[in-house]
Amino acid sequence: MTSVSVQTEPFDPGVEAEALEQLGAGAIATFTGLVRSDDGVDAMTLEHYPGMTEAALEALITEAKTRWSLAGARIVHRVGRLEVGARIVFVGTASAHRKDALEACAFLIDRLKTDAPFWKKEDRAGAESWVAARDKDEDAAARWKA
Amino acid sequence: MRVDILYFAWMREAVGTAQEVVDIPAEVATVADLAVWLSTLSEGHKAALGDSEKLRCAVNQQMAGPDARLEGAREIAFFPPVTGG
Repeated sequence: MTSVSVQTEPFDPGVEAEALEQLGAGAIATFTGLVRSDDGVDAMTLEHYPGMTEAALEALITEAKTRWSLAGARIVHRVGRLEVGARIVFVGTASAHRKDALEACAFLIDRLKTDAPFWKKEDRAGAESWVAARDKDEDAAARWKA
Repeated sequence: MRVDILYFAWMREAVGTAQEVVDIPAEVATVADLAVWLSTLSEGHKAALGDSEKLRCAVNQQMAGPDARLEGAREIAFFPPVTGG
């Protein structure tokens, strides 16, 4: 099973993980990203490129499956306005043993940050500003270069 | 060549539209050429596309570098470096 969803609706990481458990593999790894309250951030608004975003996420899963033995992978990414503490992204992987699931999960979130067309705008008490890309995200993605 | 140009994030705000149809002159051959040509259309376009360091592009929804050629392009998007996750 592989699937990606880009949605405004909330998601439940437990429900997403349970779907991966149904595959009968021995190991599940998951990552959930939340909105941080950095420097007085109240909320953020996520914009994306419909069509390309889903294709980019599917391409990342396809690449992960060539590098690790996976029974399944699932990516959920929310868009629209999200308050501090809200879940933004879920990445889950299933494999026979932990190493494949753990490494593939880290690969997917690291590369999602540099390859998938999403943009964040922060809201601090009504003052909005676009988030700048960070070099350390590029570095984290670069460590997965084959 | 008529193509759809899309803008995202602060570049969309700078240009003032999310999408426009443009007729690209024949001498505009690459992504970099297109960014330079679009920059001449308005102050907003110049503000959005003038700094090639901050510019990313997708041709037909595939990431494309500045030297990528435009033959076969139907949809070209310009945006800043991505910040999802």
